[in-house]
Amino acid sequence: MEVKEVDPVSGRKTTGHIWNGIRELDTPIPRGVLLFLIVTHIFAVLWWVLMPTWPLGTTYTKGVLGENQKTTVEASIKEGAGARTPWTSRIENLSFDEIRADERLMETVRTNGHQLFGDNCAACHGRDGKGRENYPDLTDDDWIWGGGPEAIAQTLTVGVNSRHAESRVGQMPAFGRDEMLDAKQVVDVATYVSSLSDPAVSTAENVDQIDRGRDVFQTTCIACHGENAKGNPELGAPNLTDNRWIYGGSLQRIIATIHGGRQGHMPTWDERLTPVEIKVLALYVDDLGKRTP
Amino acid sequence: MPELMHRKLERSATGFMLAIIAAASVGGIVEIAPLFTIHDTVEIVSDMRLYTPLELAGRDIYVREGCYACHSQMIRTLRDEVERYGPYSLAVESQYDHPMLWGSKRTGPDLARIGGKYSDFWHVAHLNNPRDVVPESNMPSYRWLGTTPLKLADLPLALRAQRSVGVPYTDEMIENAARDAYGQAIPDSEQASGVTERYGEATQVSAFDGVTTNVTEMDALVAYLQVLGQLTRAAYENTAAPEQMPDPDN
Repeated sequence: MEVKEVDPVSGRKTTGHIWNGIRELDTPIPRGVLLFLIVTHIFAVLWWVLMPTWPLGTTYTKGVLGENQKTTVEASIKEGAGARTPWTSRIENLSFDEIRADERLMETVRTNGHQLFGDNCAACHGRDGKGRENYPDLTDDDWIWGGGPEAIAQTLTVGVNSRHAESRVGQMPAFGRDEMLDAKQVVDVATYVSSLSDPAVSTAENVDQIDRGRDVFQTTCIACHGENAKGNPELGAPNLTDNRWIYGGSLQRIIATIHGGRQGHMPTWDERLTPVEIKVLALYVDDLGKRTP
Repeated sequence: MPELMHRKLERSATGFMLAIIAAASVGGIVEIAPLFTIHDTVEIVSDMRLYTPLELAGRDIYVREGCYACHSQMIRTLRDEVERYGPYSLAVESQYDHPMLWGSKRTGPDLARIGGKYSDFWHVAHLNNPRDVVPESNMPSYRWLGTTPLKLADLPLALRAQRSVGVPYTDEMIENAARDAYGQAIPDSEQASGVTERYGEATQVSAFDGVTTNVTEMDALVAYLQVLGQLTRAAYENTAAPEQMPDPDN
């Protein structure tokens, strides 16, 4: 096997091995590649020393630089919060009325409120806040739990039918399904409710039906929706006379609502958002209605 | 010099073999060594609770439908992530995740703290057709979940499998797995009370899909989504809160 250790054709050294007459040349790694490998290895060893790396007995090496992602991110969050202090501290300390009177601060509220709204509220209420079926419109002046930034902030904080201990609770019972009203009564009262906001519903033929519906309403519905059906923000009972509907205003949808009941759910934002953020959002939502035609 | 080293190595079969083994094992060691001190990495918290059978079933559906391909469950230690999604993820929060679903691809948003952010009703509408609630969404519809009954009989096996990799399910939990899954999705049933007894008061018992006559895959998936980030409060207590507001004094 041992042969002359230089290949006669290429003039290169061989490893001295011949396999089936083929000489194996001794071709080392190109110098550039080798150098690169050496440099990366040196870097790796340095990195081991500088950064948290190796298991060492019962713990791991913490690294000479003392780098810790958790403290790094906490510092950068603090820095960000610090940069916002000029306006967040004012939001925190001023009353809703004072903030609303300050046009420049309201501009900040609009910019930041838009971000917060897009991240947290738009999934249900839509990016423009106009809501959609099952989710209330926030741009009109019809408020289920009361309008104005104070009431809105409270709704944001505790939610509606949420897990929050002080959640607002609004339950429309299932009058049909739970047999508090029979099918005929449900249709009668639905027709009456429909006629409250749409005079075209009342015709010569259904005068009796609407009268019967009114009777049902006066015994069953007024506890929450009030004698004149204008609702009660204390109980989250919507106004039924304004032709604005969360769950649809067609006769069929109203019947479905009375039959099966409604328990809308608004999550609590108490934990997810800070008090300042809730304040900003309450002002933003309140302002939204005034800006949206 | 390189020529000499190389020549020497190439000419020795045993030496070359040892060199290959040494080089190839580096990758393995780098991945395995940190596990020796994993107890240092996983925080110890007292309020960590287990996935209920229904949530575990939802997790399996999440895996089956490939949700992890577009959604991560890992809020990284970066300011923008913490400000958008909430406190960064802790190791303990995926302590009972086998396999973990951290992911790295975000076509959709991160879901590590989605639990409680939206209503059950919203999740059902969104899974049935995402565009009904988010017009610009490109997520597929998962309509069949609401009409496919959940296979309750499989659940004890699923819990047993989790226990074999270290999740501390008790015999009682395994025995009652199917019963608990039913009870969690049907609040008025007599089975409902057992769920909170076994898994803690914080467990959400709800008609997740809005239907209280049967347990569907929709119930399971929504139950799972609603528990994401809710298994322990450690992240809220031990780390910087999102957008932690500055001291009013400074």
